[in-house]
Amino acid sequence: MSDLGQAFSQAFHMIGSLDPVLLEIVGLSLEVSLAALALAALVGLPLGGFVALVRFPGRRVVVVSLNALMGLPPVVVGLLVYLMLSRSGPLGGLGWLFTPTAMVLAQFVLITPIVAALTRQVMEDLWVEYEFPLRSLGSSPVRAIPTLLYDGRFALVTTLLAGFGRAIAEVGAVIIVGGNIAHVTRVMTTAIALETSKGDLALALALGFVLLGLAMGINAAASWLAEIARGHEA
Amino acid sequence: MSARAVERSILPGVFEGVGFERGGVPLLAEVSLRFEAGKRSLILGPNGSGKSLTLRLAHGLLTPSSGRITWGGDRPAVAASRQAMVFETPVLLRRSARANVEYALGLHGVARAERADRAEALLARVGLGALSGRKARVLSAGEGQRLALARAFATGPEVLFLDEPTAALDPHATRLVEGIIESAAEEGTKIVMTSHDLGQARRLADEVLFFASGRLQEQTPAAEFFEAPRSDGARAFLRGDLLS
Repeated sequence: MSDLGQAFSQAFHMIGSLDPVLLEIVGLSLEVSLAALALAALVGLPLGGFVALVRFPGRRVVVVSLNALMGLPPVVVGLLVYLMLSRSGPLGGLGWLFTPTAMVLAQFVLITPIVAALTRQVMEDLWVEYEFPLRSLGSSPVRAIPTLLYDGRFALVTTLLAGFGRAIAEVGAVIIVGGNIAHVTRVMTTAIALETSKGDLALALALGFVLLGLAMGINAAASWLAEIARGHEA
Repeated sequence: MSARAVERSILPGVFEGVGFERGGVPLLAEVSLRFEAGKRSLILGPNGSGKSLTLRLAHGLLTPSSGRITWGGDRPAVAASRQAMVFETPVLLRRSARANVEYALGLHGVARAERADRAEALLARVGLGALSGRKARVLSAGEGQRLALARAFATGPEVLFLDEPTAALDPHATRLVEGIIESAAEEGTKIVMTSHDLGQARRLADEVLFFASGRLQEQTPAAEFFEAPRSDGARAFLRGDLLS
């Protein structure tokens, strides 16, 4: 019991004193997940818009696939990206395995379907309202994609936060392709897993609190933005 | 106007035996009519009689299930860029009033540098000059509908469709919108408008197309329609009876 108490007080001390080991790990986590989110937004937002607005053969299959891929298990993504990047894999020559770049790639694969599928839902709902007026003004569905992305910007921030929340909290993909190497590829989730199994509860707890704070902060931001979005509906 | 005279007119608009069905349910059947230049055409009828559907088909937003629609002898797709439409509830983009009009100008290939001045002129035309910087979504219902008119005029339409444009407006806002429609008609824009408001039809119509149960009952000059309608349905509608 006193061990646990000691771990808690050490954890708070690490956070309060801005322990450099803690900050390094938190910093890399944010770097990797924000980079993955930026790439996922770049691909997922237009892709979701395209699938929502443009009618093409096989569209239903794409919609169903995107929705199914939202539930990709992180360890499977990690395994697939590992196979791609391993020395004998098709992208082995890049030498990305066990670097932060590999972790960005894995999280990008993981959350792009989430961003795209949620974007499609938002855009499809908007299109019900916007289709005839925009077509009347002479807009094609493809030309309407940027218009709707802009008009749906508040709802879409929630979409991006959902993707970020998934990326920052997952452990399975980054531990396989990153390897949890100290000072190189160690992020919050992999560090928590390792430190807990080593019995170093203080660092694990401190990271746990930061991650919890981030996750709750993201959800708070999401609902706050949804509130703002409703205000802009008027 | 002179530039327009050079282009070939898209009028008359002609429906030949047009039908429309959705999921096997016929919503409009056997509609044959002509939209001629110069006349303000009012489409009257009870809810669900096919008024809005006729407008959307005429504008090319929907494709008929049977029959054909031509404008100046061509298919509707060719004519769509010379037409504009104002809807019952305007869908305004989440940006300023002026940016809404600039957006429409951009879609019609107006150079970026010219858009601001043209947009201001169009807003002044509908009496919204002072509100050009305001967010479109905070405008009142009447102001929003006038903004929708400014946006529709941005394309310099030869034909303007209006789908119940004043259904949600109070009498004052309705008068303003009707005034704008009348001046557009005087400047040579062909008006095709739906309404279920008889008073409005009397004020604005040169001819009435009366719809009931998904069929065109008659296309009659306005004076004659209100004095001696030809169809039973129109007689009942003018008396205020409910139509099924």
